[in-house]
Amino acid sequence: MPKLRINGTEVEVPPGTNLIEAARKVGVEIPHYCYHPGLSVAGQCRLCMVDIEKTPRPTIACNTQAVEGMAVWTETDRVKETRRSIMEFHLINHPLDCPVCDQAGECWLQIYYMKHGLYEPRMTDEKVHKPKAVPLGPHVILDAERCILCSRCVRFCDEITGTGELGIFYRGDHSEVGLFPGQELANKYSGNVVDICPVGALTDRDFRFQVRVWYLDAAKSVCPGCARGCNIDVHVNRRRPHHAEGRRVARLKPRVNADVNAWWICDAGRYGFAFVDDKTRLLMPSRRDGEAVADVAWDDAVAAVAAALERAAPGEVAVVASAKMANEDLWALRRLLVHRGIRRVGFRVPPRVPGDEDAFLIKADKNPNSLGAELIGLEGDVRELLTAARAGQVKVLWIFGHDLFESAWPEAAVAEALRGAETVIFTGTSANATSERARWVLPAAAWVEREGTYTNFQGRVQRFRRAVEPLGQALAEWDILGRVLQALGAEATPPRAERWFRELAAAVPAFSGLTYQALGDGGAVLSAPAAGHPRAEPGSRTSLQ
Amino acid sequence: MTAEKILTRNFGRADSHTLRAYLETGGYTAWQKAQALESAALTEEVKQSNLRGLGGAGFPTGTKWAFIPKNHTGPVYLVINADEGEPGTFKDRYLLEREPHALIEGMLIAARAIRSATGFVYVRGEYVEPWRRFSAAVREAYDDGYLGQGFDVVVHRGAGAYICGEETGLISSLEGKKGWPKVKPPFPAIKGAFGMPTIVNNVETICHVPHIINRGAAWFAGLGTKTQGGTRIFSVSGRVRKPGIYEASVSITLRELIDDLAGGVTGNGRLKAVVPGGSSAAILRFDEIDVTMDVDGLRNAGTMAGSAGVIVMDETVSIPEALMVVARFYAHESCGQCTPCRESTGWIYKMTKRIVEGHGRKDDLDKILDVARRGAGTTICAFYDGAVGPYISYIEKFRAEFEALIPK
Repeated sequence: MPKLRINGTEVEVPPGTNLIEAARKVGVEIPHYCYHPGLSVAGQCRLCMVDIEKTPRPTIACNTQAVEGMAVWTETDRVKETRRSIMEFHLINHPLDCPVCDQAGECWLQIYYMKHGLYEPRMTDEKVHKPKAVPLGPHVILDAERCILCSRCVRFCDEITGTGELGIFYRGDHSEVGLFPGQELANKYSGNVVDICPVGALTDRDFRFQVRVWYLDAAKSVCPGCARGCNIDVHVNRRRPHHAEGRRVARLKPRVNADVNAWWICDAGRYGFAFVDDKTRLLMPSRRDGEAVADVAWDDAVAAVAAALERAAPGEVAVVASAKMANEDLWALRRLLVHRGIRRVGFRVPPRVPGDEDAFLIKADKNPNSLGAELIGLEGDVRELLTAARAGQVKVLWIFGHDLFESAWPEAAVAEALRGAETVIFTGTSANATSERARWVLPAAAWVEREGTYTNFQGRVQRFRRAVEPLGQALAEWDILGRVLQALGAEATPPRAERWFRELAAAVPAFSGLTYQALGDGGAVLSAPAAGHPRAEPGSRTSLQ
Repeated sequence: MTAEKILTRNFGRADSHTLRAYLETGGYTAWQKAQALESAALTEEVKQSNLRGLGGAGFPTGTKWAFIPKNHTGPVYLVINADEGEPGTFKDRYLLEREPHALIEGMLIAARAIRSATGFVYVRGEYVEPWRRFSAAVREAYDDGYLGQGFDVVVHRGAGAYICGEETGLISSLEGKKGWPKVKPPFPAIKGAFGMPTIVNNVETICHVPHIINRGAAWFAGLGTKTQGGTRIFSVSGRVRKPGIYEASVSITLRELIDDLAGGVTGNGRLKAVVPGGSSAAILRFDEIDVTMDVDGLRNAGTMAGSAGVIVMDETVSIPEALMVVARFYAHESCGQCTPCRESTGWIYKMTKRIVEGHGRKDDLDKILDVARRGAGTTICAFYDGAVGPYISYIEKFRAEFEALIPK
């Protein structure tokens, strides 16, 4: 491993490490535009110049590998002057339309001008004009005048998705990013080009003009869109509620996790958050009698659900859990099942259309926590359970989140099952055809409104954090289940998600040793390998106590 | 000084481009001789000859060949740069049209030296007749078994971009990509065309090789200066009585070239300035032309031998207008890949144009000089440094002429 000095500080790096990454290790930021650790080196922006001992002039750091004994200086007068020059070149033809640019506030032209530019502008000639507000595809829009031609977007489409929609056309200062003829930027990962665009050239059609970025707060989270569990940041607007028609979640951005999603997320996940602030959200517990729906207080709803469960024999209760629930929720459910001796449970509901999958990030299983649900012991045959309901063998049917009418099963069969049960309970974030047929509706908080963990397909347990308050009176499922458990006379239930997780880790061997602290920001892999671990038996008390 | 013609010796014959004419004048005997020599011996011979690249950079040819990694086992490519695009330069087109077999024979020898089985000749898109003549010669060489016996030649036509004459821009273009120069390292000799070790040589450089093998390194070295052997072809244009190409020793002086070979200055008859090595070379004033035309002689004079495109300007030529034309060229031809060149070539053109049109501002000249200096040496390839040569030298040497155009 080569050892080198950066601004006098010695650092050892793996062979092949470039000077930008080596400098990062000692906390030195070398400014750059075109370099991106997930893409090939282009060496085009010329901003990352550093001085290397015994080298006649500043050299680009992105294309220089660390060598044993190298001495690198990033803040010499010569380097600073070069950066100032390069900043000026980047900006002479830039429209400087920050007041109307969505990138303002997170724009690397702004940031680096303030840090490394601060020259007196002296470009007095007419700037080059290029196309503006050009939609490239369903999600991305281009302002070619703002573009600094770093080619990150082009390299992304060439190297990451392999779709090659984008190119740089024309020459000199008329060079322009654009689509090849007949192409559209519609690959499954197109939104990533907005993230890696260091300036306001590529902006997000979904996000633009909604809210200024400086009003946003961020929470670390995990995408609930499929079994991969890409790490994300949830950006929410709580400070300007009159913006974006009151929608609180402004956008999702990928958060780097080398073991899961690297720098990227798919478009389905990125734009899959609309339900959080949608009109279909369930805000209050409610009770339905025929056509009449009445809001009820949580205490009354919990008491009524507990009473229904107590009235029925354990064999007359069936639960359709969901792999969209967090580990903490599933563990609370598991405790409830054990408490009542309920054995009819399952969570796998086949989708009407098989889930999309690719060899990169997207998994066919559109649930973030199937492995968690399996490990916590909720495996069971939902189809059989519904058959029992149709046959009148189920008195209480509790459904979590699913709209069974959207499943692969015939609608008539689903309707018959729902009619066959005496009491249908629905717990979920949003109204759907199934919730419309439930006597009791218990509103659940969306994943961005609460704490929790998912276990992804690799067996990696990852935390998601609360970004906003729950809408209306919605509660996390673990909270709802905890209240029902207490109404059923169970011993005290944990008051926080973290405590539920602690219980889970103590009870289910695969999770043993894990804590929220141990999960950190990047998650941790289950102690037992994802395959071949001991699983809790559905409905058995003994294996858990 | 002008004694023997080597490259142009057959230019007087109407059929000089044919294989028959080439064979009659000793063609392909060097290749016969080379086949008996080891590759290292060929490289050594070229090194000893002091042959230096005649496309512009003046790099020692034998030294370049020796950069091919010894332990490499895959393909090695020989690429001939026939994308002659440097303004004021028109020598390679004559060689392709009138002595195409010299290039083929030189390629055979060079390929043996670097152990290459495939050569590419990248011909400037506008060079239609040179391309036809050279392609016909390649067919003859195949028919008579010079090619196709362990060495193949692919003729590739460019599409009209100056930057494709830069060696790595040429490689990108040859690979089917946009003609963007590549970041170095890796250098082409390590990882060039299609990811393989590649040597890129100019047409004229390779045309010298058969003569070096036939007549020996010492003979060739003796034709030039201490650090550069041989003759080269000067393209002389502008205000001279007899514009055209002239083959002469690299040790000829610029004054001899203009007065003795090109027939002296026209226009008002009084020399104002000369660009000695293609548009990228710094300009020389009338009193700076007693310099030898070899690589080091011109470097010591603060300019460069470049492609030996000599552009002569008499006193009636406006230097600001000349700079505007040059600046327009570089703004038009900048590939746009890296920022300093992309942005400042356009900016400098706008400023020079404004000055010529009478709208110059007092600080424009210093601004151009400052912008040029700030961008110099910061780019991927030598294009921008080539533009900086004229930007700075035209203004520094003829500043009063620019100032006269700027309203007080």
